[in-house]
Amino acid sequence: MDLLASIFLDPFVRMGTNPTFLVQVVWEGFVSGVLYALVALGFVLIYKASGVFNFAQGIMVVFAALTLVGLAEMGMPGWLALAAAVVAMLILAFGIEKLVLRPLVNQPDIILLMATIGLTRFLVGLGEMVFGGEPKVMITGALGIPTDVLRVPLFGKTLILKEIDITAAVVALAMVAFLAVFFARTKIGRALRAVADDHQAALSVGISLEKIWVIVWFAAGVVALVTGIMWGARSQVSFDLEIIALKALPVLILGGFTSVPGAIVGGLMIGIGEKVGEIYWGRLLGGGIESWLAYLIALGFLLFRPQGLFGEKIIERV
Amino acid sequence: MFYREVGQFKSTYAADMAVFPIRQDRIGILVLLAIAVVVLPLVSNDFVLTSILIPGLIFTLAAIGLNILTGYAGQISLGTGAFMGVGAYAAYKLANAFPEVNLLVWILCSGVFSAGIGVIFGLPSLRIKGLYLAVTTLAAQFFLEWCFVRMGWLTDYSSSGAIEAVRRTLFGLSISGPEADPLTRYFVVLGLVVFLTWITSNLVHGRIGRTWMMVRDMDIAAELMGVRLLPAKLLAFAVSSYLAGVAGAMMVFFWLGAAEPSAFGITLSFQVLFMVIIGGLGSLLGSWLGAAFIWALPVVIKFAPGLVGIDVPSARVEHVNSMIVGALIIFFLIVEPHGLARLWAVTKQKLRVWPFPW
Repeated sequence: MDLLASIFLDPFVRMGTNPTFLVQVVWEGFVSGVLYALVALGFVLIYKASGVFNFAQGIMVVFAALTLVGLAEMGMPGWLALAAAVVAMLILAFGIEKLVLRPLVNQPDIILLMATIGLTRFLVGLGEMVFGGEPKVMITGALGIPTDVLRVPLFGKTLILKEIDITAAVVALAMVAFLAVFFARTKIGRALRAVADDHQAALSVGISLEKIWVIVWFAAGVVALVTGIMWGARSQVSFDLEIIALKALPVLILGGFTSVPGAIVGGLMIGIGEKVGEIYWGRLLGGGIESWLAYLIALGFLLFRPQGLFGEKIIERV
Repeated sequence: MFYREVGQFKSTYAADMAVFPIRQDRIGILVLLAIAVVVLPLVSNDFVLTSILIPGLIFTLAAIGLNILTGYAGQISLGTGAFMGVGAYAAYKLANAFPEVNLLVWILCSGVFSAGIGVIFGLPSLRIKGLYLAVTTLAAQFFLEWCFVRMGWLTDYSSSGAIEAVRRTLFGLSISGPEADPLTRYFVVLGLVVFLTWITSNLVHGRIGRTWMMVRDMDIAAELMGVRLLPAKLLAFAVSSYLAGVAGAMMVFFWLGAAEPSAFGITLSFQVLFMVIIGGLGSLLGSWLGAAFIWALPVVIKFAPGLVGIDVPSARVEHVNSMIVGALIIFFLIVEPHGLARLWAVTKQKLRVWPFPW
């Protein structure tokens, strides 16, 4: 009876008696959810256009942020380092397309997945060799990111909002809106959607696959850079950030590999779900359940919708 | 002697379907075994034994396990590391609870526990397929890792949270624990791995193996042909996890001597997956080649600069190592997506017609 009460009653009592804390928890979850969604967005972009399950997205986040911070440490002004990091992402996109993707066209999914894991190893080595392995501090000042703390009174208590979190949420939402418009309204966006639909048909109407792939990997690189800046500003820029790639995977399967809105909704659900779960139910199991709760949530959803919430219906023919 | 099967007539169906139908192959495998049993122990020192041969063999077993699941049955799994961990913890608990029973019995039993866990996490495979399944196996990876850290019962509430190899003997020889001789451990590991490879080889060449391959090639078609998917897939998960579990138990008892939960992390899963892919999906030979390649390569890269007289700081070596391994993986995937096993098959074909290829 006690156990049942501690599962079904106590957490809700705690939520009801201290609503400010609940809002605080949900907000924290929301912000990390937004960042998960950004990483997942990078995955989705690449998966849609080239059918590659890009495991290297996490390391691209680290690599982009490291390039930015590393260049700034060498004495570049903030905006120049930012531009240089964008260029680095472009070069990376070109390199990946030329050296990895093109020779592996038409290989099965798992081979492409392995290639991106190989790419991860390569980028880890490269990043550590060029910029060193120590954690670095994100150059929030030079980029003009506010780092103050807002205190908002709510239900008679104070809610603590970090400005950096608000910025992250706003930037992420702006990014998503921009990408949505870009996909829907521009010529390149149409070409991207055509390639995502059917490679051969797209080729036959004169869309250059190579160009599209470079663009997509570049876009994913820019998304990675933004994610890296935001995440790096919240904690530090180090190779530990790579772990967020693994956190983005349940987001992906929850939302579906092919859906941009899915990535957003999935990210928010996972972000908020795991924070609330950890704070209110985690102590029953001894804490630390954040590491796998997201996967369990995703697994639960998958059992009912094997293609994710927004994924395209999987039709199998013999 | 040329590599030819000319003149080797087969008069029975069994001879025709043998694993090694060509006499030269049969001789070759015996020669290899002889090298492994006689020559390698003679020429290797303790360093080679403990840091190349023993781990290489253990990883071979883990790779065979994953290959059953991914290569033969077509279910991608990223949870091998955790299943190895289950085997290791099970062996540790069993060996401590029943010290009078021979350690080898517990090593072989430990796999049963990881097989059980594997079946539980294999259940979603009936509904979830492909890369989606790969991600759900990550749930197993992270959940089990969390269990290793949080459940003190698993480590008998040891303060460090690590498990240690207990001292055990076999026929009076110390095989596990700090004072076990590397050579003895090598023979025990070699024996176990060869034995389990032999069992697995029989399994995949028989009805069960063919069922798995049907499921891999197209599960709906296999179902229509009368394969029951539930037992077939779960059996693949069970056998795969069993082998991984035994490999994990051997890893702690015969190689590392002690292990923390982090030893069974996602990195280990990926390492085994690399071995399977580089070696060749759906090939036991590939698992051997892949494990040897992936395990030996970093060691070689580490010591190669020293041999030719270049002095490189060790941190730099780590980074270059990571880059080279990553680049080589991509390179191999591009050159031969079917792995080292296919490379060997091609070589064999060339050998057959050599020296007159036309």
